[in-house]
Amino acid sequence: MFLPAMLYVAALVGVPFVLAFLYSVGDVKVGSRGYHFVGLANFRSVFQNPAFFRALENSFIFTIASQVLVLVGATILALGLKDAFPGRRALRFLIVLPWVAPVSIGSIGWKWILDSLYSVINWVLIRLHLANQFSPPMWLGEPKLAMLSVILVHTWHMLLFATVILLAGMTSIPRDIPEAAEVDGAGFFRRLFQIEIPMMLPIINVAVLFGIVFTFTDMTVIYILTRGGPYDTTQVLPSLAFFTGILGSDLAEGAVISIFLVPMLVVVAWMMLRTASRAEVT
Amino acid sequence: MAIVETRGLTKVYRKGHQGAVVDVNLESREGEFLVLLGPSGSGKTTLLRMIAGLEEPTAGEIRIGGRVVNDLTPRQRGIAMVFQSYALYPHLTVLGNIEFPLKARGMAKADRRAKADWAAGLLGIGKLLARKPRELSGGERQRVALARAIVREPSVFLLDEPLSNLDAKLRASAREELEQFQDKVGTTTIYVTHDQVEAMAMGDRVVVMHQGEVRQIGTPADVYDNPADTFVATFLGSPPMNLLEGPRATVGFRPEHFHPAALLPAGEPFLALRFRVSHAEYLGSERVVYGTIDGGPFSGKRAVARMSSNVAARFEPATMHDFAVADRDLKFFDPDRGVATGRVELA
Repeated sequence: MFLPAMLYVAALVGVPFVLAFLYSVGDVKVGSRGYHFVGLANFRSVFQNPAFFRALENSFIFTIASQVLVLVGATILALGLKDAFPGRRALRFLIVLPWVAPVSIGSIGWKWILDSLYSVINWVLIRLHLANQFSPPMWLGEPKLAMLSVILVHTWHMLLFATVILLAGMTSIPRDIPEAAEVDGAGFFRRLFQIEIPMMLPIINVAVLFGIVFTFTDMTVIYILTRGGPYDTTQVLPSLAFFTGILGSDLAEGAVISIFLVPMLVVVAWMMLRTASRAEVT
Repeated sequence: MAIVETRGLTKVYRKGHQGAVVDVNLESREGEFLVLLGPSGSGKTTLLRMIAGLEEPTAGEIRIGGRVVNDLTPRQRGIAMVFQSYALYPHLTVLGNIEFPLKARGMAKADRRAKADWAAGLLGIGKLLARKPRELSGGERQRVALARAIVREPSVFLLDEPLSNLDAKLRASAREELEQFQDKVGTTTIYVTHDQVEAMAMGDRVVVMHQGEVRQIGTPADVYDNPADTFVATFLGSPPMNLLEGPRATVGFRPEHFHPAALLPAGEPFLALRFRVSHAEYLGSERVVYGTIDGGPFSGKRAVARMSSNVAARFEPATMHDFAVADRDLKFFDPDRGVATGRVELA
């Protein structure tokens, strides 16, 4: 019964996973034919590369910052979309768009919005006299702004997913509990922070954990907007692994870099399973 | 403590449709236990929710303690409500639940604790304060909900079917406790139920509702003995009042007033009816006999008789008996509109 599923998982997850470990301790390059065990030489080489630590740090900044923004934004949106109002369906549709549009198309759109010469944001800022016409912000060209830009675009892309999960969580709270809080004299913020959000915590956990996995392993936005630049300042682990292993033909080092994703993801996966089993109990 | 009044209170959910609550005029008395009784969908819960401020009236006015509260939020109305589901906050302990209304009011921590202890003591749940709602039994949850309601000493209690989630055995004792509790605190209470036994047992007065309208307001004895219309007559009492549609009037009488003619005291004027038994139920302390009237203006109409098991007569199926109802136990209703009328000569 389970055999097809097991085979499927083994072929699609197990084999590449084992391969990555083998590559990380071998001398594999794109086009090379042999395999020689080289021990931890690849790891040593990666550790001597400052770009790697930069990418490790960036991975955490990118993930944490975008997830915090997603969580706050999704909570506000879910609260706004919870009750019926004229135009709610249209608004819901608009919020779904960034998610259903291929992320590459969205990111290319953003690339132009943030372009150094044709940026519509800069055009507006200059007209409002908020930016200097002759040295407008280089959204993708200055390290800090570039990081901010990729974080915001990724947040834009992930927002809907979290909103939908939170909306589902909110509608699962029995209507009379917030009502009881209202009769008990709680105002809007007390109801939100002391009743509704605590009751939604299990589902918020799910949204955050999925968001972390999707963000930590994703490189699309960064690949299209900055290619990790300028000077590797927006490089994250997946993009660095790709540039090193595939574009740089050094499969072994690429494998080493991607293996650093594993411990982090194992922790997140464990937390996900724990949350899921707890949600079942209550 | 305060008086709750509604004037012309109406709630229409969809324009052009029958309202959920239609033109309700109520006036509670100081410290009264007022029961809203009706079948499901009769608008009693909607009425309660409007008084609580959870539902906005389409028309009409609500006054609490003489003050119009239509535009006040629930928190400003000085009411406390117990929900059918109890609506305890699942992530808070019992203590957290009871303290919540005080916290919302900004009471200092020490005072809060003292108040919560007082309320918990009143309901005998002092030992449960550290538990979470999911660790409590149905009866305990109900007490926590009540403690949460009284802790801030509201001027009005609103209770929405608080006993309906308890099993039958627990319900009887919880009912008694609730009555004693209300006597003790003396707070004006409006209580919604579809259970006539609860309504009769607990209510100082009962408001019978049907299809959004108030059909009758009165003491339990009033609504039982002198129903205002055929709906009230059949909704209260089990088995319900017998209603025999005659050419001039609908005649009503309670099953317990319908018994063998020989049992009537001598000299008492009565209505004689021939009764053909179809079947009888023996219920221990009493017997319920079903059958049809034979002959006279009500020939062929069904009727039910309820009498003590002490009555010696046997009621085999298909046997005929001389039954009677004392004149003073007969009620008369307009055959078209169903409302109670004065005495009508039947012959």
